[in-house]
Amino acid sequence: MGAERQPAPVRADLFSGDGLVGGRCHACDRHHFPAGALCPYCGADQVERVTLSRTGTLWAWTAVTAAPPGYRGSVPYGFGVVELREGIRVVTRLTEPDPARLSHGEPVRFEITTLPADDGTTVTTYAFAPAP
Amino acid sequence: MTRDVMVTGVGLHPFGRFPDATVTDLGVAAVRAALRDADDPSFDAAFCGTAYAGVAAGHKVLAAIGLTGVPIIDVEAGCASGAAALMLAAGTIRSGQHDTVLVFGIEKMPRGIIRSSFFEPWREEAGLAATPAYFALRAQRLMRESGVTKDDLARVVVKNRRHGVHNPDAMFRKEVTAEEVLASRVVCEPLHLWMLCSPNEGATAVVLRAAGAPGGTSSADAVRLRAAALRSHLPGSVLDEGTPLSGLTGADPPPATTLSARDAFEEAAVDPRDVDVAEVQDTDAARELLSYEELGLCPQGDAGSWATDGVTTMAGRLPVNPSGGLLSKGEPLGASALGQVHELVAQLRGGAGPRQVDGARVALAHTVGRGANASVVILSR
Repeated sequence: MGAERQPAPVRADLFSGDGLVGGRCHACDRHHFPAGALCPYCGADQVERVTLSRTGTLWAWTAVTAAPPGYRGSVPYGFGVVELREGIRVVTRLTEPDPARLSHGEPVRFEITTLPADDGTTVTTYAFAPAP
Repeated sequence: MTRDVMVTGVGLHPFGRFPDATVTDLGVAAVRAALRDADDPSFDAAFCGTAYAGVAAGHKVLAAIGLTGVPIIDVEAGCASGAAALMLAAGTIRSGQHDTVLVFGIEKMPRGIIRSSFFEPWREEAGLAATPAYFALRAQRLMRESGVTKDDLARVVVKNRRHGVHNPDAMFRKEVTAEEVLASRVVCEPLHLWMLCSPNEGATAVVLRAAGAPGGTSSADAVRLRAAALRSHLPGSVLDEGTPLSGLTGADPPPATTLSARDAFEEAAVDPRDVDVAEVQDTDAARELLSYEELGLCPQGDAGSWATDGVTTMAGRLPVNPSGGLLSKGEPLGASALGQVHELVAQLRGGAGPRQVDGARVALAHTVGRGANASVVILSR
């Protein structure tokens, strides 16, 4: 088992163990996610990579009950939008797949989750979990 | 001085599933029907809306019937592809570049949840490319902010399917009850399967002509194209149809539908209260209700009461989707916007038969989807 490789992130530069990797624009002072070389709001190139808050609040949520195209993981899975204190709303998987157990404004926390990939390997991606 | 644009012919191939027909076949049927309706087979240019039909799809349709030689421009704008083609065509007439322009939309959609080249592969792998989940989040927000209930969502489906019974070109022509809608499986809470439209196949064509130009349909049947507007989204809203991975907190910028509606009402010099009949995007039941607000047809926050009070049924003050909407017809992306125009031209000519809205004089068509692209078309008699 020791030879088994660590699963790779589904995309580089999306998140680290500390949280989501976003961009902060020095021209307009707004945050975005995922981080880009240019600000998606004003087009400026003075963008700094920042680790976004690990905690936030739930803003919108549902559950996906049938696997969408290109997805190899299990269903149902939680899907929603969380608000972070940097002033952004982020689309994310939610670890809670039952919409009835979630509520508007409840605290949530960043997590890394593991999924089967298209090519049979395993990948990691980001999610948020209820943090009572 | 710009010129007025008239709609002198409309034609369509029914919406549904046609395994034995190519997308070119569907287009040929619609184009021939429109040219017959216009009573004049000549045109100076052609615009074809499609998202999935590939390179030079419009050329293939016109090549099949020997009508090439004119400029043919293929246009992709997601769900609004046909309306984008209409906007461009109308512009060439208003400017005096052309007198008569053929506009058509064609599509054969893949089955099931639409796989879109729009999303990067990693996003599909992570489960973040689930299109109906975005619809569901918008629906949940509408329920929270506009007093819409799940019963209201079911009412929209019941209404549109009831209208669709009388549309021979629709895919689903059977009435459904609210109980049946709510008993269908949950796709993404709060949306059940029957609250979502089905991607399918079809084609629609429209002939536009400069007012006063010779030839074409008699003036009694002529319908005026008052406005054809197309807008994209402003950045900042996490739930806009551009389906970004993040947005900003606080108030959202005006959605693409609102921007497009403002442009169209101004261009047409029409007030939202003047609209007698409308065809609006009902990709899902909540999208129709959200559109009432975004288009300015009803005040912000009133979508729920409009649904509950039946304002948009055939007997209501503003019938919406008399064709049965996408919930009855299905959605062939490139053809759906012009399908709305086809319906509204029939309404304005007084030829919509059992689904006629009495005395309709001003009509509005709306589409919104991936891009984001949002279109608003205003027609009058």
